[in-house]
Amino acid sequence: MSTQSPSKVDFAKVDEIIQSCGAKKSNVIAILQKVQATFRYLPEDALTYIGTKIEGLSPATVYGIATFYNQFSLNPKGKYEIKVCDGTACHVRGSMPLLNALKAKLNLKDGKFTTDDMLFSVDIVSCLGACGLSPVIVVNGKVHPKMTTDALNTVIDVLLQKERGE
Amino acid sequence: MTVIQDKQAEAKKNIEAQGTRVLVCAGTGCVACGALEIIDELKAKGVNVSTIQSQKMTVVTTGCHGFCEQGVMILIPDLGINYVKVQKEDVDDIIESLRTGKPVERLLYVDPKTNEKIEKREEINFYKKQKRTSLINVGQINAEELNDAIAFRGYEALEKVLNKMTPDEVVKEVTDSGLRGRGGGGFPTGKKWMFTRAAQGDKKYVICNADEGDPGAFMDGSLMEGDPHRLLEGMAIAAYAVGSDEAYIYVRAEYPLSIRRLKIAIKQAEEAGLLGKNILGKGFNFEIHIKEGAGAFVCGEETALIASIEGERGMPRPKPPFPANKGLFGKPTLINNVETYANVPGILLNGSGWFASFGTGTSKGTKTFALTGDINNTGLIEVPMGTTLREIVFDIGGGLRGGKKFKAAQIGGPSGGCLTEEHLDLPLDYENLCNAGAMVGSGGLVIMSEDTCIVEIARFFASFTQRESCGKCVPCREGTKQILNILERFVAGKGEMKDLDTLEELAIAVKDGSLCGLGKTAPNPVLSTLKYFRDEYIAHIRDKRCPAGVCTAMKKIVITDKCIGCTKCARTCPVNAISGNVKEQHTIDQTKCIKCEACIGVCPVKAIVKE
Ligand SMILES: Cc1cc2nc3c(=O)[nH]c(=O)nc-3n(C[C@H](O)[C@H](O)[C@H](O)COP(=O)(O)O)c2cc1C
Ligand code: FES
Repeated sequence: MSTQSPSKVDFAKVDEIIQSCGAKKSNVIAILQKVQATFRYLPEDALTYIGTKIEGLSPATVYGIATFYNQFSLNPKGKYEIKVCDGTACHVRGSMPLLNALKAKLNLKDGKFTTDDMLFSVDIVSCLGACGLSPVIVVNGKVHPKMTTDALNTVIDVLLQKERGE
Repeated sequence: MTVIQDKQAEAKKNIEAQGTRVLVCAGTGCVACGALEIIDELKAKGVNVSTIQSQKMTVVTTGCHGFCEQGVMILIPDLGINYVKVQKEDVDDIIESLRTGKPVERLLYVDPKTNEKIEKREEINFYKKQKRTSLINVGQINAEELNDAIAFRGYEALEKVLNKMTPDEVVKEVTDSGLRGRGGGGFPTGKKWMFTRAAQGDKKYVICNADEGDPGAFMDGSLMEGDPHRLLEGMAIAAYAVGSDEAYIYVRAEYPLSIRRLKIAIKQAEEAGLLGKNILGKGFNFEIHIKEGAGAFVCGEETALIASIEGERGMPRPKPPFPANKGLFGKPTLINNVETYANVPGILLNGSGWFASFGTGTSKGTKTFALTGDINNTGLIEVPMGTTLREIVFDIGGGLRGGKKFKAAQIGGPSGGCLTEEHLDLPLDYENLCNAGAMVGSGGLVIMSEDTCIVEIARFFASFTQRESCGKCVPCREGTKQILNILERFVAGKGEMKDLDTLEELAIAVKDGSLCGLGKTAPNPVLSTLKYFRDEYIAHIRDKRCPAGVCTAMKKIVITDKCIGCTKCARTCPVNAISGNVKEQHTIDQTKCIKCEACIGVCPVKAIVKE
């Protein structure tokens, strides 16, 4: 996957997505989901574009929808998206110490959630449905159950090694 | 023979032809533990409708078996063998056991109390007290095969309804069963169907609420993953009863597997004439669409959910009008929860009396719970309404981990409350829980030991509801913020005694003044913990002490003189806060320490403690 530069948006791709979902107001969430899956975040230009393209919407309403739902991100994500579950079950079994250790390891401070090299981004999510195996983290869709700080370090180290090797 | 009877006979034959069925759990939890690799390996080695030394066997990918703690789980019903904690390396031995019928000893469940190995699933304590009705097929069938669903009586109830019952009779049967909404409120389902049926309108919608917003609950997800056809059947019966021909299932985006399975199931049902136009040749039309949510707790609230399907920000609308009269796109709409619909086929197949034979006076049937937290047997359970907390925690749950003491159970998620030792013998039903200041809610049941800080948990829920407040009404938007501020001061050791009264007043104001259920229930965790654990609040405020040793600001991690200088902790610490020479006692730089407790876990001699 190439890293998308934040300023350039391929509107042809956005058009394609709008077509595939159907250019209807009630499909806007599905459209935004596909845009995010394609660009790995929601570029502002794309929001404006969708807002002008579909009847009944405006750039402002699309922006309002994008900021309302937790799933959407207006900032570019890292190549590896790490989701730390902080649902109740995971919380009780220590997701916060895990998150602190992860942020320390990736040197993410002061509300930053993506590393400078755009390799990792960290998100907090509420329950991934694997509560029986808490605490849980997800790296690019792969669920890692029963996490410990130790295991977490290993997961990151393996990814770093892979990156250096490539 | 009727159409379904025909199909069922054929489906059963197909199942028989599979020989020994090896049911491998592929719920979210077991997949995370490598279930898919095990399935591939089993198939590669011939357990794939093939014959190994004149014996037929088939591996079946199923939904959640429930006992997540022991994953990956495998059940072989024909041999009465249940395997736990299976790994890819075990596949050869498992195949051998399939041939000989002799179980692999090391893969059997060991009862932690008696140390006995248990071969049969139904003899394991975790399963003994359960009664599976809505989950009856979950874990027994391949969720991606219509054939399996049909063989296990899928769509039999729908055919019975279309063949022999009027919509009014269906509504009456559901009313008589005493079924109440499983999505939280507990509203009588039959009544809701009656209102929607009576509503005027040429077009009516049916919606399934599969948003499962309670963080720490996964019953609805497991149901959709494990037996999607049951949900579709329940919805079709509901649609017939209320006079609708179109439905939406609103699934939270965090459940990609549920979404996939539902899509497959809908397609299969359409192809088999069980959904779509002229269902089973009875002139009944019904189509189902899937809508993915996008991560907002408030969208679980029915009017917000409707707004979200319409493509708006998911904000609640004032009621009345109720969805039954004016719902999706302004049309009369029936909205029920996943588990509610999943109970419907059983009721129509076995009769309302059968359903009402489980449960208590006002709460009939069974209820699923996601049992999690500091408990030995975490997982998905289904028990008759009225089962006591003690039975759930100690019999099914196997007690607390590490022999710790039971402190509290949080039930109903961020809208619910906590139960304490004094509630252990309370039969869990709608009324009892409500009187105790909690609620059945969706069914998240988080068990907490003496190691859990109650004030911190209250802060956790407050931060969740504050974040999820949609901001439309002032009491909820501002009130939850103030509540969170106060709780954050408490856990930081900066609280004052007068804050306690303010907190209580605020909580009541938010409860009374909010527009929707989110705000109305958000203060519940605060109010119930204040009621039962006031001492612990006071310890945080007056003594600046966290009795459970959780709150970071009041916690110090130190290395005692037991330290043997093995350097393991220093190498583990993510922020390099630990220093010391080999074979000498190490120390922690408190200015650097982030209190992640990683060091405590790796120390071989337990020399690192919380102060
Ligand atoms: C803040 C809030 C969140 C809710 N979340 C859910 C949910 O995740 N799933 C659900 O089925 N019902 C949820 N509900 C309840 C629904 O509003 C509604 O009562 C329910 O879907 C009705 O179905 P039932 O009668 O079958 O329970 C929520 C309610 C509120 C106020
Ligand atoms: S609470 Fe973390 S997976 Fe459910």
